[in-house]
Amino acid sequence: MSLQTDQPVVVVNNLSKTYEVPERDAGLLAALRSLVHRRVRSIHAVAGVSFTIQAGEIVGFLGPNGAGKTTTLKMLTGLLHPTGGEARVLGYLPARREPAFLRQITLVMGNRNQLQWDLPALDSFELIRAIYRLPIAGFRSTRDELIELLEVGDLVKKPVRNLSLGERMKMEIIGALLHRPKVLFLDEPTLGLDVTMQRRIRAFIAEYNRRTGATVMLTSHYMADVEALCRRVIVIHHGRVLFDGQLSGLVEQFAAYRTLVVTLAEHGIDLAAFGEVIARDGLRYTLRIPKAAAPLITARLLAEAPVVDLVVEEPPIDDVIEQVFAVEAA
Amino acid sequence: MWGLLDFYRSAMKQSMLTQFQYRAANYFYMIGMIAEPIIYLSVWSVVATAQGGTVAGYDAGAFAAYYIVWTLVRNMNIVFTPYGWEERIRSGELSGLLLRPLHPLHYDIAFFAGWKVVVIVLWLPIAAILAWLFQPVLAPTWLEVAVFAVAIWGAFLIRMMFLWLLGLISFWTTRVAAIYELFFSVELFLSGRIAPLALFPDWVQALADWFPFRWTFGFPIEALIGQLSPMALITGLAIQACWILVGLGLVMIVWQRALRRYTAVGN
Repeated sequence: MSLQTDQPVVVVNNLSKTYEVPERDAGLLAALRSLVHRRVRSIHAVAGVSFTIQAGEIVGFLGPNGAGKTTTLKMLTGLLHPTGGEARVLGYLPARREPAFLRQITLVMGNRNQLQWDLPALDSFELIRAIYRLPIAGFRSTRDELIELLEVGDLVKKPVRNLSLGERMKMEIIGALLHRPKVLFLDEPTLGLDVTMQRRIRAFIAEYNRRTGATVMLTSHYMADVEALCRRVIVIHHGRVLFDGQLSGLVEQFAAYRTLVVTLAEHGIDLAAFGEVIARDGLRYTLRIPKAAAPLITARLLAEAPVVDLVVEEPPIDDVIEQVFAVEAA
Repeated sequence: MWGLLDFYRSAMKQSMLTQFQYRAANYFYMIGMIAEPIIYLSVWSVVATAQGGTVAGYDAGAFAAYYIVWTLVRNMNIVFTPYGWEERIRSGELSGLLLRPLHPLHYDIAFFAGWKVVVIVLWLPIAAILAWLFQPVLAPTWLEVAVFAVAIWGAFLIRMMFLWLLGLISFWTTRVAAIYELFFSVELFLSGRIAPLALFPDWVQALADWFPFRWTFGFPIEALIGQLSPMALITGLAIQACWILVGLGLVMIVWQRALRRYTAVGN
C-alpha cells in the first residue's frame, strides 16, 4: 500500500512495545531456583504512543535514556514488531518490511556500519547502488552531490579504516541517503562528534530537507541539534508522550523561570533581593527569577539599581527538558 | 532478476577486493587447513598398503586424489558460521542488514561466493604442490569435471542454507554451542570428510544418503575422482538441488518467526 498525497507521512496510534526480561536474585540458590521457576518481568519500553508527522517536517524526538525513543524508531523502520497499536509510514506497515517501503526510508544510527572497513567508501557506495537498484546516472549524481555537501571529496578514496570517527559518520550518512529516502530517522546522528562536525551535519540535514522535502525524525541528546533543526518536538518519557508541539511552546509550558543578565554601573549592590544570583562576572550578574514575576522584577531593577544593561533570556532548552522530566517524576 | 544479478556481481566483486587485500592471511589459513587431510591420507595409505594395496576400492593414488580434492571442497564448505549470529545480533550489524530492501541471505551468499573465487585461485598452486608430493591417480572425463564444477557450488549453497538455519536458533537462545557441536559431529562422519563413505559399513552409507552432509562433501570429490557412474553424477546434482530447496524453504519459514523475536538490542 502506498501513501495518498494528503495523508501524514507517519501515523502512530497507541503504539506499544513490551519486552519480557528474565530476572533472578544473585547467588547459587537463586540460580538453581531459576532452573525450575523462571521469573520474567515485563518492561513496557513504549506504552501507548500516538502522533502524526506531515511530509517535509523535521521533528525532534526527545527523552532521557531508556525513554523509548530508539524502540519507537526501530518500530517505525520495521526492525521491531510492535506489541500493540499500529504504526504506518508512507502508508506501509513497517513490520512487514516490504522492499518498496525500505527503499523510501533510512535509519542513521550511531554505530550503524554499512561500509566495508578495508575498502574505500566509493566501493561501498557502489554496492549500495546495486542493493537499492539505483540507475547509474542518478546514483552518480546523488553521490557526487552528497560528497560535495559534506565536503568529503578527498576522503572517499581512502580505506574506511583510515578515516576518523567524524569522517566515517559522514560516509555513513552518505551511504544512508544514496537512495534519496523520503523519510529519515536519525538516531543521535552527531553522537561523539566535535562541535564543528556537529554543526556541519546539522547544516547538511537542514539542506537535505530543503532540497528534497524529506520528512525527518531526529533524536539527539544535543539540544543544539534540536534547536537548529526542529520547530516541533515530541517529548517521551517512560514510554509515553509528555509533550507534542512547537519547540517554543515547550519552553513556554515548562520553563518556570526566566534568566536576567544585568550589568551594573557600580559595585556594592545586593541583587539577591531581586532573584537567585546564579553567576557573577565583575559587574555582570545572572539572575534566575520566576517567569510570572519577570515583568515586575525587571521594572523594579530598572527603577532601584544603577543598570547599564539588562537582557531577559529564555532558560537554556536543556534546562527546560530537565524540568519536563522533573515534573513527570514528581 | 537483472537487479539481483547486478547485486551479486557488485557484492562478489567487493568481497574479492577485500579478500585479495588479505591474500597472505587467506593463504596461511588454507595451508593450515592442509594438516587434517594429510593425516587422513597418511593413515589410509598405510591401511591400504597393509591390506594388499587397496581398501574398499581405494589405493594410495586414489586416496591421494580424494584428499587433495578434499582441500578445495573443505574450503568451499566454509560459510557464515552459526557462531557469528550472536555477534551479528549483539553488535547491531543485523539491524543494518534488515534495513536494506534485500534479504540478508543474498548478502551472505554473494559475500562468501566472492571469497570462494579467491579461494579457488589460491588453491591451484597448493593443489599442484600436493599432487607433486603425493602422486594422485586422477583421470576425470569432461562430464566429471563439469559435474564437479557445479557440485562444489551446490555443496556451498547447501551448507550455507543449513548453517544459516542453525544460526537462526540464536534468536531463541544464545547458548547454542552444544547444538552446533552435535551437528558438526554428525556431519563429520556422514559427509565423507573423515574418510570416503565407501569405507564405512553399508548401513552408514545408506543413512548418509538421507542427510544433506554427503552432498556437501563426499559427492563433489567422488564426482571428480571417477567413483560415480554418469547416472549417479546427474542424480547427485538433482539431489543437491533438492537439498538447496529444502534448506531454503526451512530458512524462509524459520526466518519469519525469528524476526518476530528480534529485539534489536544495542543498535
